[in-house]
Amino acid sequence: MTVTSTPAEGPKALPAARKNRSSVAQRRAVALFIAPFALLFLAFYAIPIVYAIVQSLLTVEREGTFGKPRQVFGGLVQYEQVFQNTAFWESVGRVLLFGVVQVPIMLGLALLFALLLDSPLLKGKKFFRLAFFAPYAVPGVIAAIMWGFLYSPSLSPFEAVTSNVNFLSAELVLWAIANIVTWVYVGYNMLIIYASLLAIPTEIYEAARLDGASNIQIAWRIKIPLVVPAIILTAVFSIIGTLQLLAEPQTLRSFSSAINSTFTPNLAVYTTASVPNYNLAAAFSVVLALATFILSFFFLKSTQRKVTQ
Amino acid sequence: MTAIPATARKRQRNGSSRANFADNRARGPRQSIMSRSAAMIIMGVFTLYFLTPIWWLLTTSTKTGGEITSTPPLWFTSNSLGTFLDNLGRLFAYGDGLFGRWLVNSAIYAGVGALIGTVIAAMCGYALAKYEFKGREAVFNVVLSGVLVPATALALPLFLIFSQVNLTNTMWAVFLPSLVSPFGVYLARIYAAASVPGELLEAARLDGSGEIRTFFTLSTRLMAPALVTIFLFQFVAIWNNFFLPLIMLRDQALFPVTLGLYAWNSQISQIPELRSLVIVGALVSIVPLIIAFLALQRFWSSGLGAGGVK
Repeated sequence: MTVTSTPAEGPKALPAARKNRSSVAQRRAVALFIAPFALLFLAFYAIPIVYAIVQSLLTVEREGTFGKPRQVFGGLVQYEQVFQNTAFWESVGRVLLFGVVQVPIMLGLALLFALLLDSPLLKGKKFFRLAFFAPYAVPGVIAAIMWGFLYSPSLSPFEAVTSNVNFLSAELVLWAIANIVTWVYVGYNMLIIYASLLAIPTEIYEAARLDGASNIQIAWRIKIPLVVPAIILTAVFSIIGTLQLLAEPQTLRSFSSAINSTFTPNLAVYTTASVPNYNLAAAFSVVLALATFILSFFFLKSTQRKVTQ
Repeated sequence: MTAIPATARKRQRNGSSRANFADNRARGPRQSIMSRSAAMIIMGVFTLYFLTPIWWLLTTSTKTGGEITSTPPLWFTSNSLGTFLDNLGRLFAYGDGLFGRWLVNSAIYAGVGALIGTVIAAMCGYALAKYEFKGREAVFNVVLSGVLVPATALALPLFLIFSQVNLTNTMWAVFLPSLVSPFGVYLARIYAAASVPGELLEAARLDGSGEIRTFFTLSTRLMAPALVTIFLFQFVAIWNNFFLPLIMLRDQALFPVTLGLYAWNSQISQIPELRSLVIVGALVSIVPLIIAFLALQRFWSSGLGAGGVK
C-alpha cells in the first residue's frame, strides 16, 4: 500500500488514487480468498495426479533373483500391461454395460417422479419428496449391507422371491448392484430435476393449456426440453459414479462369491495395490481417470450442441 | 444460472395450480380421476420400494439373532423395545466401545471436514463470482476439471504420497484430502453471483469496509442458504467416502463408521454374533444423516436447483 495520497497532490488526484488503492486491496483480497483452496487443490488433487502419472511410468527392477528391488523408469511398460490385462478390461466392460442400462433407468424414473411432483395430479407431495429422497441418506456401504441381507435366501423377508431367484448369482449380481445404486440415487436426481422444473415460469405453458394441451403434452413438449440442462448434470455425475463403483460390490462380496477381486475397475486398482504392485495400480488409476474425464467431457459437449441447436 | 427467490417460486406454483384447476374442470372429472389415481398408484408403489428396506432395518434392529429368521420380518415382536435397547447396549459395548469411536471419527471427518471445506470453497467461489482479475477463467476451468476428476482415482496416489511422509494410518490421511471440494467451489460461484449484489459490495467499499470483512460479515449472510447446501453435500460425500479410508487406515480405532461396519460385516461368517450388531449399527449410523436432512430441508431443497438451472 504505497499509494496513500498526500494532500499536496490536490483534490483532483484523489479519486484516481482511491480507485487505485481499492484495486490493490481487491487484488490482495482475491489472492487471500483463493489461496487456501488453491493450496489444498494443489496438494491433494494436482500433485497426486502428477504423482500417479510418474508412478505409472516406473517399473521395479531387481539385480538377480534375490537382489534389492529398485524403481527405474520403464516408459510405457505398465500401460502395455494394462492393455494386456483382460481382467481389467472385463471389469471396464462390466461397468459400461451397467451404466448403459442403469443410468437411463434411474434418470427416467427420476424424471417421471419429478414431473409427477410438478403436476397437479398428486396429493401429499411433501411426503413423497421426503420418502423418495430418504435412501440418499444411506451410505453405499450401509445400503449394500442392507440389500445384501434382503437378497440372501436365508434372511430375506421376501423368502418367496429369493428362494426362487438368486440375486447374488453370477448372472444377476451386477443387476442386484444396479438396484442398490438406483435405490440410493433416484430421489437425489429427482430433486435436482424437480428444482429446475420449479424454476420454469408458468406463463410459458399457460398459453399451451388455453390451447387445450394435455398434461402429458405439456410435460413432453415444454417441461422436458426446459429441464435438459439439469438432466445433463445428473447424467454426467451418474457416469462418473458408475465408473467409480467400489463400495457396493466390495461390501456385497461377503454375501456373494460371484463378485471376484477385479469385478469393477476400482476393485482391480485396490486388489493390485494390495499385492502390492503400485506402479501397475497407478497405471490403472490413470487410465480410469482419463476414461471418466473423456467420457463425461464428451457427453457434456455433445449434449450442449444438441441443446443449442 | 439464476436462483429463484422463494416468494417468486411460491407465486408461480399458486399460479400453476389455479390454471390446472380450471383445466381439469374444463376436461371433466372422469379423466382427471383416472390420471390422478394412476399418478397416486405409481408414487405409492415406489414409496414401498424406497421405504421397505429402511423399515426392515428398523424392525430387524428390535430382534435377537434367532428372532430375525423366526418372526415375521417386517413387524415387531412383543418384546421389541427391550430387545432393541439390549442390542444398542451390546453394540456400544462390543470391542471396548469401538462403535462409539467410529461415530466420533465420522463426525470429525465429515462434520469438521465439511465445515472447513465449505468456508474454503465459499471464499474461492465468491472471489471467482465477484471480482475481475487476470486468470479468473483459467482458475474456474481448473476447478471444473476438478469436478470431473473421479475422487477414487486420487485415493491410490494420495496413499503413496502420505506413506512417503509416514502419515498413512493417521486421521490426517483421511481428513486433509476431504477438505477439497471443487464441486463446492462451482456451487459457491453460482450462488454468490445470484445472491450477492455488486452494488451492495460497492456501498460497503464506500463505507470503508475491507474486502475480507465484507465477505465474512455481509456476503456470507446473504449466501447462508447456499452455504448450508454446500456443507450438506460435502458432509454426505465425506461420510460416504469408502475408498480413501479403506486404503489409508489399518487401525480400527481410526475407522469412520461406514468402514467399521464394512469390516464387521465381512467377519460375520467367523463371528455370527456380529450379524445383529451390523444391523443395529447400520440403523444407528443413518439416523444422524436423516435428522440433518430433515432439519435443514428448506435449505437444500431450494439450493439443489441452482446447480442444474442454467
